[in-house]
Amino acid sequence: MNLIDKQLVQNKMNNRIIKSRIMRTVFFLATSFGIAVLAVLLYRVFSQGLPYLDWQFLTNFASRFPEEAGIKAAIFGTLWVMAVTAPVSIVLGVGTAIYLEEYAKENKFTRFIRMNISNLAGVPSVVFGLLGLTVFVRLLEMGRSVMAGGLTMSLLIMPIIVVAAQEAIRSIPQNQYEASYAMGATKWQTVRRVILPAAIPGMLTGSILALSRAIGETAPLLTIGAMSFVAYVPGSIRDSFTVLPIQIYNWTGRPQEEFHIIASAGIIVLLVALILMNSIAVFIRNKFSKRY
Amino acid sequence: MAVNVKELMKEKKSNRSLQTFTEKAAPAFFLVCSIVSILATIGIVLTLLIETITFFTRVPFMEFITGTTWWPFGENPSFGILPLISGTLLITVIAMIVAIPFGLASAIYLSEFASEKVRKVVKPILEILAGIPTIVYGFFALTFVTPLLQVFISDLPIFNALSAGGIVGVMIIPMIASLSEDAMSSVPNSMREGALAMGSTRLEVALKVVVPAALSGIISSFVLGISRAIGETMIVSVAAGSTPTLTLDVTESIQTMTGYIVQVVLGDASYGTTTYYSIYAVGMTLFLFTLLMNLLSQYISRRFKEDY
Repeated sequence: MNLIDKQLVQNKMNNRIIKSRIMRTVFFLATSFGIAVLAVLLYRVFSQGLPYLDWQFLTNFASRFPEEAGIKAAIFGTLWVMAVTAPVSIVLGVGTAIYLEEYAKENKFTRFIRMNISNLAGVPSVVFGLLGLTVFVRLLEMGRSVMAGGLTMSLLIMPIIVVAAQEAIRSIPQNQYEASYAMGATKWQTVRRVILPAAIPGMLTGSILALSRAIGETAPLLTIGAMSFVAYVPGSIRDSFTVLPIQIYNWTGRPQEEFHIIASAGIIVLLVALILMNSIAVFIRNKFSKRY
Repeated sequence: MAVNVKELMKEKKSNRSLQTFTEKAAPAFFLVCSIVSILATIGIVLTLLIETITFFTRVPFMEFITGTTWWPFGENPSFGILPLISGTLLITVIAMIVAIPFGLASAIYLSEFASEKVRKVVKPILEILAGIPTIVYGFFALTFVTPLLQVFISDLPIFNALSAGGIVGVMIIPMIASLSEDAMSSVPNSMREGALAMGSTRLEVALKVVVPAALSGIISSFVLGISRAIGETMIVSVAAGSTPTLTLDVTESIQTMTGYIVQVVLGDASYGTTTYYSIYAVGMTLFLFTLLMNLLSQYISRRFKEDY
């Protein structure tokens, strides 16, 4: 007597296995979708913009005529804004992370700071722009300057740097602290000579990634009123400015096809800058990060 | 000799006072750094609140939240925010229809099916996708996706919710994929092995064991994605248009809250006009929406988190 119908079991099992394989393919295709979009986007931008990309494009100012338009002002504007954003956001971000990880007592105030930072990271960038417009541009009378733009960006990316720096500090094992204290080092000596050197690669990687996010941000700087037609290089942090994404936005918004082509060329420059920064970040992470 | 020792002691002493100073100054400095983040939040809330209150001295609150026409320019301005909210929600819904299936499927594939080799290739690509500036996505939506859609929908206007929302969705895929994958990888292997030992197929392990176990993380990634879609600015202001319409038609030109703010700051509405204050009222609404979503996401991942 055979209680189990082997054929039936086999059939059911086969069905389930086939279903599993089919779904595996479906999931794979879904994953490929994102990659495909990226490929199409890159192909489209590069095939359209590459022929236009030459030295003249990099060294000309913006122009009404597409064939004469360039991104000199935008490149220097971006550099100027970064020159303000990088030191401010890194000092604030790393400082906050050191405070939270090394000095803060576990109390309500600390929990409040933590919660506040994670909420700040979720605030839309255009709202940071409104903050910058009201506080930096109007209240502190900085005008629509590099300074106002740089500070707005600093606040925007600070939460990202805090989180990265916290992770870098947390990855340092306890025995490093213990060794330092056992040698008679004080808290500050431990932080400065043991913790910071060990955490710097992680902090640097996080900071570069955060700055690459800032380079691509458009909305906050549009909101504080960065101009899109600038025909000079900013000479100080009080000057008005434009940045690469705003220039691209301006060209994208025009109906003529020629301006879309130079927008593509601008996008290539922006993407190359971002890929360069990301590569540096990955390089630092791989080269200098210690495993304990 | 004796002099030398005295000098040494003196030097040591002065060093010590410097040392005790830095010992105390350092934490104070770091505390100040972290207070800046609180100041930023206070700044945002106060800025929005003060200017919004000024706005409501000119426009009745009820008109703002129940009005169905948003026409801030010209002789007879009308400030009913519902069209902007409906535009924002329309974009968000389209984006989520794209981002949730593709993001979740990518996460399941990467966490449950992909070999280590494939994962090593695909994850960096998704990171690149996440790092592309939104203005580039906006450019892509306007100059590629819209013309492509026009082939299928012949009367599709240049500015429409469909192509903008779809690309916002693409932008969010990597975020949902990576957060959901994190949640799924933290499900312990013993649970997978248990299910496999019971004779489950890979698919059954993924859908009946891993996804339910990681559900809190997965849902909270969806909510964060919604918050990102609501706050997304450049894609919608490039590709979705600037006509605030109370509509559910995805092929129409619409305007979102973020798109409106950009339109006004570009148009240089002079300081002190009602239009100028209206961007703060809209910004406040936007801020509240995203804050609510972020808090909800934190609540879900905390409240329903399963510990192993």
